[in-house]
Amino acid sequence: MDKPVNQKAWLLVLPVLVLVSFSAIIPLMTVVNYSVQDTFGQNQFFWSGLTWFSDMLASDRMWDALARQVAFSLIILAIEVPLGIIVAINMPKSGVKASVCLVLMSLPLLIPWNVVGTIWQIFGRTDIGLLGYTLDAVGIDFNYTQGFYSAWATLIVMDVWHWTSLVALLAYAGLQSIPGAYYQAAKIDQASRWAVFRYIELPKMSGVLTIAILLRFMDSFKIYTEPFVVTGGGPGNATTLLSIDLVKMALGQFDLGKAGAFSIMYFLVILLVSWVFYTVMTNLDKRDGR
Amino acid sequence: MVDATQTRTNAARGFSLPKVKGSTVVMVLYLLFLLVPIYWLVNMSFKTNSEILSTFSLLPQEPTLRNYQTILTDASWYMGYVNSIIYVTLNTVISIAVALPAAYAFSRYQFMGDKHLFFWLLTNRMAPPAVFALPFFQLYSSVGLFDTHIAVALAHTLFNVPLAVWILEGFMRGVPKEIDETAYIDGYSFGRFFVKIFMPLIASGVGVTAFFCFMFSWVELLLSRTLTSVDAKPIAATMTRTVGASGVDWGVLAAAGVLTILPGALVIYFVRNYIAKGFALGRV
Repeated sequence: MDKPVNQKAWLLVLPVLVLVSFSAIIPLMTVVNYSVQDTFGQNQFFWSGLTWFSDMLASDRMWDALARQVAFSLIILAIEVPLGIIVAINMPKSGVKASVCLVLMSLPLLIPWNVVGTIWQIFGRTDIGLLGYTLDAVGIDFNYTQGFYSAWATLIVMDVWHWTSLVALLAYAGLQSIPGAYYQAAKIDQASRWAVFRYIELPKMSGVLTIAILLRFMDSFKIYTEPFVVTGGGPGNATTLLSIDLVKMALGQFDLGKAGAFSIMYFLVILLVSWVFYTVMTNLDKRDGR
Repeated sequence: MVDATQTRTNAARGFSLPKVKGSTVVMVLYLLFLLVPIYWLVNMSFKTNSEILSTFSLLPQEPTLRNYQTILTDASWYMGYVNSIIYVTLNTVISIAVALPAAYAFSRYQFMGDKHLFFWLLTNRMAPPAVFALPFFQLYSSVGLFDTHIAVALAHTLFNVPLAVWILEGFMRGVPKEIDETAYIDGYSFGRFFVKIFMPLIASGVGVTAFFCFMFSWVELLLSRTLTSVDAKPIAATMTRTVGASGVDWGVLAAAGVLTILPGALVIYFVRNYIAKGFALGRV
């Protein structure tokens, strides 16, 4: 890309810089402040160095939450990405049917996150929810407030319900950009359906799929509202993911030092993954000559 | 475009089975999966609380609008919707206003630190709101903005401004640079060129961006709940008050849920063909 160098462009970026600094850097510095100080109350803070960090790193609490979080993100990715691709391949290509599918599929994406939680909270209850009632009637012991597996299954199915459409929409957009000639050539070569997918559709979708995977990874990594509404982190700590644990610590117990240290490390993980995302994406952009 | 499933259907015809395409089956199953939980919510919203708890039926036995009536006549309920819409609108306007010039700069020029800046913006889109909840609470309390619409709108710019810049930049890259150059030669000033010529060209991009800002501000709860108590309380937080001393008022809860789905369903119709492009941050 041959863009001219123009330092005055900074002036155009300035409003964004000021606004995002206000809503990102100031709060982040507050967190840094907490993470290196201790208090005896009455707003008297004193320097405590890195003790909060070493405390957090030594305690099981954060590692457990991190392990649950990673497990959750990997499981939903393993389901949502293949399912999203399958749905995208089977979507109608044009016409009214395609519009109807697009609108219906986008519906879960626009429901406020706590309402998503509420929907599944109701849906999964054995007394008044269709899903819970049916499972109970079939004889499956299902109770998301008590059972470990029920709680996890509910959260995972809920996330699949909520976000698979995003992967499907992106994959669909990728498929739409494949010229018809590619398929005709494959037909002449008598390529199998699998070969068409593997050598034509998948490479053409790789760009949007990278975005889909990384968006889903990021968003599932910071998930809070839906599990909070459905299980509240329980039973016990079974579904206490990183954000839930952090909010418990910061707003529930007002454990500022620990919460600060926790936040910083949480943010560093996000930063690292964002960097990978950005590098992969800019490389893809370059390869496509954009 | 050649329908990829065509060959399979032709093969199936040889056996003169009912002509149902595999793709239709997949889509119907998937859409059912998406719609059944929503159907259940709608179903419940038309039942009285006693019916919900006593009988289990797929359709309301005595359909009632009482739940909706409760919400639409009680100010503490419907003000939740008004509050949500006010801060969502404020946020959308602010985000797009600051993102437009920035996206133009990113799409047209190189400047010192542009790549780092772009990356830094991205990290804010990815940052967990839980990290920011407590600092935001203290920041906005200390400047006296706690429990105002503008506080929530500003807090949501944390993830919406980066998103808006990304989407708009993707759309602006699609506009040939020659248009800018021609306009400057014709003597347009930057401001006039931007408003008169450039904006109409990326109108659809602005629409899509507005939709996404609307969406992410509308669905967010953690920050909006932390930053409000009474005057600017969003509908999402108001819903928790159905849990009373006498248990949960499921009917009203379901009705409130249905009412939060409607605005999204309405706007989605207008941008259906651009949704994927927006989610791909303008990179499809």
